[in-house]
Amino acid sequence: MEISLRAVSHAYGSVAVLRDVGLDIPSGRILCVVGPSGCGKSTLLRMIGGLERPDRGEILQIGAPPEGCLNPLTFIFQDFALLPWRSVRGNVALVLEGRGLTTKTREAVIADVLARTRLSAFADALPKQLSGGMKQRVAIARALAVNPAVLLMDEPLSALDAQTRELLMEDLIALWTRSPFTAIYVTHNLAEAVRLGHQIAVLSRRPGQIRELIEIDMPLADRALGDPVLEAVQRRLWQAMRAEAEAADSELLNV
Amino acid sequence: MSDGVAPPLARREGRTDSDGASPRPVPFRGAGFRPVSIRWIGLVVFVAFIALIEWGTWAGWISALTLPRPSDVLDTFGELYASGMLFAHLGPSLSRLVVGAAMGASAGIVVGVLIGLFSLARSALVPLVAAIFPIPKIALLPLFVIWFGIDEGSKYALIAFGTFTPTVVATFGAVDNVDRTLIRMGQSFGLSWAAIVAKIVLPGAMPGILSGLRISLAIAIILLVAAEMLGAEYGIGAYILEAGSLYDLERLFAGVVILSVLGVLVSGAIGLLERRILRWRV
Repeated sequence: MEISLRAVSHAYGSVAVLRDVGLDIPSGRILCVVGPSGCGKSTLLRMIGGLERPDRGEILQIGAPPEGCLNPLTFIFQDFALLPWRSVRGNVALVLEGRGLTTKTREAVIADVLARTRLSAFADALPKQLSGGMKQRVAIARALAVNPAVLLMDEPLSALDAQTRELLMEDLIALWTRSPFTAIYVTHNLAEAVRLGHQIAVLSRRPGQIRELIEIDMPLADRALGDPVLEAVQRRLWQAMRAEAEAADSELLNV
Repeated sequence: MSDGVAPPLARREGRTDSDGASPRPVPFRGAGFRPVSIRWIGLVVFVAFIALIEWGTWAGWISALTLPRPSDVLDTFGELYASGMLFAHLGPSLSRLVVGAAMGASAGIVVGVLIGLFSLARSALVPLVAAIFPIPKIALLPLFVIWFGIDEGSKYALIAFGTFTPTVVATFGAVDNVDRTLIRMGQSFGLSWAAIVAKIVLPGAMPGILSGLRISLAIAIILLVAAEMLGAEYGIGAYILEAGSLYDLERLFAGVVILSVLGVLVSGAIGLLERRILRWRV
């Protein structure tokens, strides 16, 4: 399934946050959206996921979701959004309940996604017992359980420390390499963007507009930490963003 | 101090001596502001307090008119138990408490959740609850007698009404405090409205509802005595009121002790419930 954005504009009251954003997210590829803080990148993602309605413009899904897809547009949140009163297994089960699945299928799906995210041994743990990285892996397992057509990731690694972030990035790359998924990955971290993005869209400061769209041809599996080509792309991204970030940082917040 | 740091310290010592300030440990200033409950202190204070009164009444610096002697209160309690009247009073009181509080608390939780979920219910009911909350429910007792009769009906109603408003306020506050990102998560996975309420909103509001229940049930015990002021032959409240009007302080205090114990038991029961169903809390 593909996603297409056509001239999407949005304002909160009198504050314009997005202006004429047009994007195409091809199937089986990861699009990273980077931009200075407050540029409306999370708003954009929520709109793509149907949690918010744009003032103008349209967001289209093209093509049918794959067979057995329970929730085509599936989020992975920055703060994990796990139910603290449910175990790891229960949190994954939540999104499978009430969909007419037999208990056996449900159990099989849960076992499969927990194995893919290396969480099988922690199925009965409560979220409060898990580290940040494990919590986010539970959230990834939950997202995989509904067999999504498009993954919408809202700064999924931003709440984690640098080492955990690196580990989880490798996990995401391994998951994508095994079975490529379509994803929109919002981040303010340029290093994550060059490691995970087939395409990188750079947004300007508020109101967010697409400033640049960069393609990286290198396969995800080959992108190592500190690769010179990626470093060069990252430098280029930073040059494009630096002035914007500086200006965004000195703006007063009146939202 | 390990040996490794000794030489630099010694060297510094030599230097600072000439400044007149010798090396000293960094003063610790992080103490306090962290109260924990120490298991036996409460009991010790309680026993000491009773012992003090006992001593005072024996020694005579507390006159028998001011306070009854604790041992006499205990004797009265023993007589009450031996005569079988304890349960004759406790039975009706407990049933009034349970029925009234159950009606009030369950209605309060339902209304509180409605206020927490629907704009219309919120706009309509919040001012109404705010208007009802400060009314001393005891003042309405004659009205309840007219509405529900002088029998159990008016007693249930008074206790129910008294527990209703604090439960409503606690419940809608608790629903308001449920993490919005969890609700957003439920929506993003396409969960139905009912599933979001049952699986996210209600469990998330449970800590707030239970702590509200602590207050509501204490109020229910207070109102129990008020409810038994009119037309009750048996009941702890009736027993206390009768003793009070006769200035029989031993019996009065025996009744009051029963109410205290009841309060401690209810609070303990909620604590137990919290530990069981809120085990997930950090």
